[in-house]
Amino acid sequence: MSIEQYIGVERELGTHRFTADEIIKFAAKYDPQRFHVDPEAAKNSNFGGLCASGWHTTAIWMRLNVEDMKAELAAAAVRGEEPPQFGPSPGFENLKWLKPVYAGDTIRFTRTLHALRPLKSRPGWSMMQMSSAAYNQNGDKVLAFDSAALIALPG
Amino acid sequence: MKMAERAPRYAYEDFVVGSEWSLGSKAVVAEEIIDFASQFDPQPFHLDEAAGKASILGGLAASGWHTVSMFMRMLCDAYLLDSTSQGAPGIDFVKWKHPVLAGDTLTGRTTILDQRLSKSKPSLGFVKMHHDLFNQDGTLVCELEHTAMFSLREPVQA
Repeated sequence: MSIEQYIGVERELGTHRFTADEIIKFAAKYDPQRFHVDPEAAKNSNFGGLCASGWHTTAIWMRLNVEDMKAELAAAAVRGEEPPQFGPSPGFENLKWLKPVYAGDTIRFTRTLHALRPLKSRPGWSMMQMSSAAYNQNGDKVLAFDSAALIALPG
Repeated sequence: MKMAERAPRYAYEDFVVGSEWSLGSKAVVAEEIIDFASQFDPQPFHLDEAAGKASILGGLAASGWHTVSMFMRMLCDAYLLDSTSQGAPGIDFVKWKHPVLAGDTLTGRTTILDQRLSKSKPSLGFVKMHHDLFNQDGTLVCELEHTAMFSLREPVQA
């Protein structure tokens, strides 16, 4: 079993339903623009309804991404393999919030690994190049971005 | 579009190319790092001091997604909430340059890179912004660029 088999495959990370309560809770702390915290004001805004902060949407992507990585580690352990070690990320680019994520929307998140590049500066570690996406219950793409992260592969 | 009781302080016209805007400061607290990470990024180096120290990050470190969320709050409090902001369609890039650790104090600065009027909406303009976040030692910890939309104070007559 090797990580190369994942290259080019859009992997399902799971779904999340955004409730009004959690949209408001996140936004009150980190992004208190009126269309993220006030359902009435949101109706009168360009968005036409209460919608999640874009940073809330990406944070949920990250949670599902971490849960997926943990599942991978557990599965490797069950197979008796030495697991990979996941490291930090240097950043992301080309992030697009394509459509608002409204209260009540159920969003499906994915991640696609595109390349794996061994790092000369950190022996044993490689940089993963990935793209990620999210879709609402109507199949509309609501989020897209390209990111990178470190991984140490066994052996 | 309906505005607040009084006109916002800042509009498209104020984001002059080359101008710099302070983002104030924000204390990075261990409890908040752990709270954010528990909900959104439950990796050991974001949840536990000892695990953070043992990692590449060198201490209990904020999730990068927490750092950008803290940035967003700084941006809101500095000028965005009192502006004609109409949101942003995306982010060109975010670079997490240096770990953000419990006990750090972040400061930030926005530099305006470009301004252009919307071709389709005479009341709207696009502002390209570069943002830098620093820790208390003056080390750049995060930088990002994005284009935001602002209404004009005085819409251009067609």
